[in-house]
Parts: sequence; structure tokens; C-alpha cells
Amino acid sequence: MSTAGHGAAVRIESCGKTFADGTRALDPATLDIARGETLVLLGPSGCGKTTMLRIIAGLELPDTGGKVLFDGKDMTLVPIERRNVGMVFQSYALFPNMTVADNIAYGLKIRGVARGERAARVAELVTLTNITGLENRRIDQLSGGQRQRVALARAVAIRPGILLLDEPLTALDAALRDRLRGELNRLLRALGITTIYVTHDQAEAMELGDRIVVMRKGAIAQIGTPREVYFAPKDRFVAEFIGAANIIEAPIENGAMILPGGRLPIDSGATTANATVMIRPETIRVADAGAGQLSGTVDSVSFIGDRQRIVVSGASGKPLNVDAPNTIRAKVGDRVGLSITADAVRLLPSEP
Amino acid sequence: MSQKSFVWLCLLPLAVVTTAFFLLPMARLVVAGAEGPHGLAGYLAILTESRYRATLINTVLLAAATTVVTLIVATIAGMFLQRHRFPGRAVLIAMLTFPLAFPGVVVGFMIILLAGRQGLIGDLSNRIFGEKFVFAYSIYGLFLGYLYFSIPRVILTIMAAVQKLDVGLEEAARSLGASPWAVQRDVVLPALAPAFVASGAIAFATAMGAFGTAFTLATNIDVLPMLIYTEFTLAANFATSAALSVGLGLITWLILALARTFSGSAVAAAG
Repeated sequence: MSTAGHGAAVRIESCGKTFADGTRALDPATLDIARGETLVLLGPSGCGKTTMLRIIAGLELPDTGGKVLFDGKDMTLVPIERRNVGMVFQSYALFPNMTVADNIAYGLKIRGVARGERAARVAELVTLTNITGLENRRIDQLSGGQRQRVALARAVAIRPGILLLDEPLTALDAALRDRLRGELNRLLRALGITTIYVTHDQAEAMELGDRIVVMRKGAIAQIGTPREVYFAPKDRFVAEFIGAANIIEAPIENGAMILPGGRLPIDSGATTANATVMIRPETIRVADAGAGQLSGTVDSVSFIGDRQRIVVSGASGKPLNVDAPNTIRAKVGDRVGLSITADAVRLLPSEP
Repeated sequence: MSQKSFVWLCLLPLAVVTTAFFLLPMARLVVAGAEGPHGLAGYLAILTESRYRATLINTVLLAAATTVVTLIVATIAGMFLQRHRFPGRAVLIAMLTFPLAFPGVVVGFMIILLAGRQGLIGDLSNRIFGEKFVFAYSIYGLFLGYLYFSIPRVILTIMAAVQKLDVGLEEAARSLGASPWAVQRDVVLPALAPAFVASGAIAFATAMGAFGTAFTLATNIDVLPMLIYTEFTLAANFATSAALSVGLGLITWLILALARTFSGSAVAAAG
């Protein structure tokens, strides 16, 4: 694919954003994005992720002192039309007065690319995004998934240095979203453009991101690979936002947590009166009563198909969620043991 | 009572009103137009008689110019007012839409105050150039009056259309490298096309048929409604005035239909 190698490295330097009415959308943040990397900005709505994307795009100006650099060049005051960024919007923002082909070719037409070359590029892109045959359709004749592909094709047609995607799959239904997520992943790898992807969906973030920036209330909570943010969340917010998590507060004595259901050995942590730890539901194994480090009573069993979610009370201060294999037979009221290895228990900083 | 007969019963008042106040007078008007000394040929006089034809062309040109200028002024103003928030914005919108309630007579009166013999413009030009510019009593005064009359109506339609415009479309065009001018040309104006057709039709039809302003300014301005009035009241030429009335309606309708077909593809494409 000829677009490969067109990626630019991005650096944003103490970029904050305060809107005219005084609302602080983004605390000053500094972030480096390597050439060709896919970086996901992840967080609940109102966390500042879209604002950060729009600052990189050039649709918002950062507060005084903030800087945006592409390949080391200061772009802060360069308007979006001269930044050479491809952008996919949540609403897709396809031009309703143009056909699919005209939409895809629009950026090239603006750049004065000759008709023949434009047509060749459009042909290349409809193949790449699997929309061959739709070139002459009007936008209102397309399904949601097709629109998403046209939006993507239009954004990469101009061979942008940076591809910016603002919740591109949110408007689709779940099954289509899953399929397009895989397709998008393959495409982004093939294109090799520096990509910044905004989403509130942690599954999307995990699958697509080389690195994930977890954001909260206008600030960066953690930056790391999907594995890092999943297994080693920096704080309680990240732990609970990414995947499911049991958060337990209890004292630690002699390398073990003292819980109502027993002593739970942990890897690290000095003796303290009140520690906070995270345990992922899938790292807890259900054992016979009396076996394992903890014991408790089955509160509820939800069979999901590929696994079952068992809620066990009495083991810790509050009920524990356990993801158990779908073959285990447990019923409400059973006494069970819980086996948890020490490295599955992640110590979190206590919240003030 | 069946669902169907209930619906018919509900439509009955509409049918009565339509027949009594629309169909019957219209039919009478059409018949009256053919009852002159020339019979049905009376209708052709609109096109063959040079005085009538000149008036017709004048009226169409005036209405077309009013429509075009109104659309340009109202689009720029409407877009600005919808997109920007500034102190005094509400007052400005209120002021711009204030003439909505004015009858044509008041509009004509205001044009005389502005460009009449004792008007503001004449006063100013007299002091600066030593000559009074007076154009209230001509077709230019009428043009100004129609602008004043049409702009509020069109501005409100444009503002509503701009509000519904997806800002993402403009941002997408810009991200693809489009200059502000290209964004307007390729994205904003096509998206506003349906509003242009709808509000332009109102401006055009109003300018074709308005009478009050013309009557206030002068009785010898060559526009169709004035011609109908003089034929009807002064010359008591009922057949001709009826034929002219029917012609005015038909021609306005025809031009609007053409405009709609012409812009139809653009409007349909704009969704």
C-alpha cells in the first residue's frame, strides 16, 4: 500500500483547553506519539479526549503556552486545512450532495490532482475498504457500515500524515461494530499512518491501540500498552474503567490481606491498616469448600455461555465477582473456596 | 361510522371553504377574463399588447432582482446571526424581523421617508453634492421596499436551516484541505439549497403580487398589480383586469415551478 511510511510523529506540549465560558475541558497535558503508532484516547464522556483530538486536528486552539508539533515542526497556529490530517467523525460527516466517489476524491480535487489520477486513487480505496460497486451511490442510499467505510476512505485518500478518528464505530450496532473493529485494525496496520483514535469503549481501545491513554475529568490518568493498563492499572479509576475489577479495601499484615473469608497472601505491600487492591474476576478460581485461600457463599450464578459470572459473598468485605469456566456446577447457597495467586492481586494507591 | 366516511366528514368543511372562497371566485375570474370585446383573445393581450408585455417583463425582472438580492443579503446575515453570539444579538434579530408585521403601505411610507422629496438621502446628497437624489417614487424605490419586505422572511428561514447544518460537514471539508471559500461553495451552499428554494419562492411571489407599497409610492409605476388596479378602478375594464390577474397568477406559478424543477436535482442531492 502506497500510503505506508507517510506517518508523522506528533507531540503535544502542555496543551490545555479552557472554553470561553470558563469550563476547563483539558488540563495541560504533554504527550508523544511515535511515527506509525496507533494511540487510543479512552475515557468516559466529558473526560477531554475529544478536545485533545480536536487540538491535534487544529479544530481547537490550545490555551496559551500549549504547543502542537508534527515531526518536530510547530503546528499550533496552522489551520486544519493545512495540517494534512485525515479525520473520521462520529457522524461520518459525508457530503450529501456528492456521490461516494466524489466524497472520496474531494480532498484530491481540492489539491488539484488530475481527474485520471483521482479516479485511480478512488478505485484503490474502494477496494481497500470493501465498498467496490458503491462508487456512484448517493450517501443516503448507504447503510451505516458502508458510510463508515466511505468516511475512512475519504480520510486516507489524501495520504494524511496523521489519521484522527473520533468514535468512528459508536453509531453502529454491536455485531457490525465487532466486525468493523477487526477490519479497521487490519487496515490501520496495513496503512502504517500515525493514528489517534478516540473511544469510550475499552474493548475497542484494547484491540486497536498500540498504547492507550486513559483519561478522566480532563486529565491523563494513565498511559500504557493495553496489557499494562489492564494488568497494572495505576489507580482505582483505571482499574474499574478497563474491564471488570474487584476492588477490596482491607488491612495488610505480614504479606497477606486480612479478609473475613481468610488470609490472602500478596506479592508486595508493607503492613498497613487500610490497603486497596484490585483482583480481576477471571484470575479467581472456584475450589471446593475448605480449599483455596478464602472461603465464602455463592450469592448468584449468571450463565453467559462461554463462561459464568459467580458472585461470592463472605470472602471479603463486599461480594466478589468471579468469572468461572462454564463447566463448574455451583448453585446459590453453596459454600465454596476461592483460590487466588499472589501475583493476581494488584495493590492500588489508596484514594484520599 | 366507518373510518373512511369519518375522514370524508372531516374533510367536508375544507371542501366547502375551498369551493366557496377559492374555486368559485377563481372560475368567475377566468370566465370574466374571456368576456371582453375580444373574447378569449383578451388573455393573449398580456403578451401581444406592448404596454402589457413591458409591464409584465418589468414585474418579473423586479421580482427576480428582489429575490436574488434578498437571498444574498439574508444568507450572509442569517449565517452570521446563527453562528455568532454577541451582546445585542437578540435586539438585532428583533430589529431585522420587525418589518414582518408591517403592511405594504407602511413599507412604502418608510421608503418615502428615506428616499422621497423630503427624505434622508435627498437631504444628505443636497448638502454634499448640492443636488437632491430622489428615487422613492420609481421602480428603484419599489425595489428597496420589496427588499425591506422580503429580507426578514428569508432571514428567519435561512437561520433555521443554518442551525440544522452539521458543523462536522464543514470540519470534514476543512480537514481535507478546503479553504473557507471552498467550504462555502461545496458544502454549506448546497446544504442550504432547499431553504433557498423555499424562501426564494416566497420572496419572488410576494414581489410579483405586492400592491400596497407600489400604491403608496406612486400610481404610475409599471408593475402588474398596479396595472390591474388602474384597469379595474379607473378604466372599469373588468375583462382585461381579470385576464391580467389570471395571467399574473399563472406566470408566477410557472416561474416558481421552473425554479423548483431546475434546482430539484440539487435539492434532492442535498437530502
